[in-house]
Amino acid sequence: MKEVDARGLSCPQPVILTTDAIKEGVFPFSVLVDTVTSRENVTRIAEKKGCTVESSEEGEGFRMVIRRS
Amino acid sequence: MKEKLTHFFSSRTGIILTGCFIGVFAALLSVWGNPANMGICVACFERDIAGALGLHRAEVVQYLRPEIPGFVLGSMIAAMIFGEFKARSGSAPAVRFILGIFAMIGALAFLGCPWRALLRLAGGDLNAVVGIAGLTAGIAVGVAFLRWGYTLGRSLPDNQAAGLVMPAVMVLFLVLLVADFPALFRSSAGPGSMNAPLVISLAVSLGVGFFAQRTRFCTMGSVRDVLLMRDTHLLSGIVALLLSAAAVNLIFGRIDFGFALQPVAHSNHLWNFLGMFLAGLAFCLAGGCPGRQLILSGEGDGDSTVFVLGMIAGAAISHNFSFAGKPDSLAGDSLKVGGVSPYGMAAVLIGIGVCIFIGFAMKERKI
Repeated sequence: MKEVDARGLSCPQPVILTTDAIKEGVFPFSVLVDTVTSRENVTRIAEKKGCTVESSEEGEGFRMVIRRS
Repeated sequence: MKEKLTHFFSSRTGIILTGCFIGVFAALLSVWGNPANMGICVACFERDIAGALGLHRAEVVQYLRPEIPGFVLGSMIAAMIFGEFKARSGSAPAVRFILGIFAMIGALAFLGCPWRALLRLAGGDLNAVVGIAGLTAGIAVGVAFLRWGYTLGRSLPDNQAAGLVMPAVMVLFLVLLVADFPALFRSSAGPGSMNAPLVISLAVSLGVGFFAQRTRFCTMGSVRDVLLMRDTHLLSGIVALLLSAAAVNLIFGRIDFGFALQPVAHSNHLWNFLGMFLAGLAFCLAGGCPGRQLILSGEGDGDSTVFVLGMIAGAAISHNFSFAGKPDSLAGDSLKVGGVSPYGMAAVLIGIGVCIFIGFAMKERKI
């Protein structure tokens, strides 16, 4: 599974990387983020683009699995 | 319970209520004693703090404003309660310092941060429309850089104590203010001499800091998200701020539509536009408006702390070298339009050039 590592990146880069991956169209893929803010932003934009998001804690941050719904 | 609250704050209702909270209380702070259309202004208040510390000697803008510590500490309290306080830094701090300096030079050419631009508009100051247009144009250029691959790189986790630098400085400021430390500079006339009661300012700003941390409220982000991905989430908070501040101003009869002679403002359209263009571009490249940067510095972000310090240094530079905008004034019966000195014009243009250079230079490297 493709992995987008957005840890440590400031707003809005995690969202840009996620939308780029959605445009590539290879599902599912996972996004790694390190703040709750990034998790909220990525979730909002992915759901807006018709995807489902499954988030779990991993290390100091979160792993989010993005699927086409 | 915390999870439910987090969900609520991240909802559209959460951000709209936060916008209303800021709008209502910012307008009321002016009623209670802060300068007109300046109930809250992050750029102006950081500038006043720079003055209180003697970093510049513009006598009319020197006061250790309690609102700035309030925002930072409110954010820190929220971040700690909800388990989000996290020390981190290392994302091109020197570049962020420079961006902070020029963001402040731009904002002071216009005479206000984006929050104040909205409050000025809510008070009928139509120069704010020009300023917001400049801000939007600057953010649009920043968005073009983001699309092109601009990045300041990754931050790394720090020792938690490192994240407490800005909150600790803010506590020190509050102690100096409450103790009325005699070496501090304090305006006896002008905007720096006008303030709401300390306890009220502090209570309101702690609330603003708390709610802004929970909702990620950001004026620059609101415009950027619309331009970048047609996302109006943050924008709804900004609109709520504008309308609620206007409603309070209407109730208290504090709306006066026009361009000339607005409170602490000038009607030189070109430099209102270009000042905020520079500010918007610098905010976008740094990832947040001045308010958002303060909130981030309260939740442990060392890079935002450096940006805030850059803004305070920028305020000192602005006033020491007469870069800041001069308000409109009356000479007898005739209007004397204020604006920016030739030095200020040069500083704004140089700032735009530096920001564009940074935008091109900081392109993502594949490691």
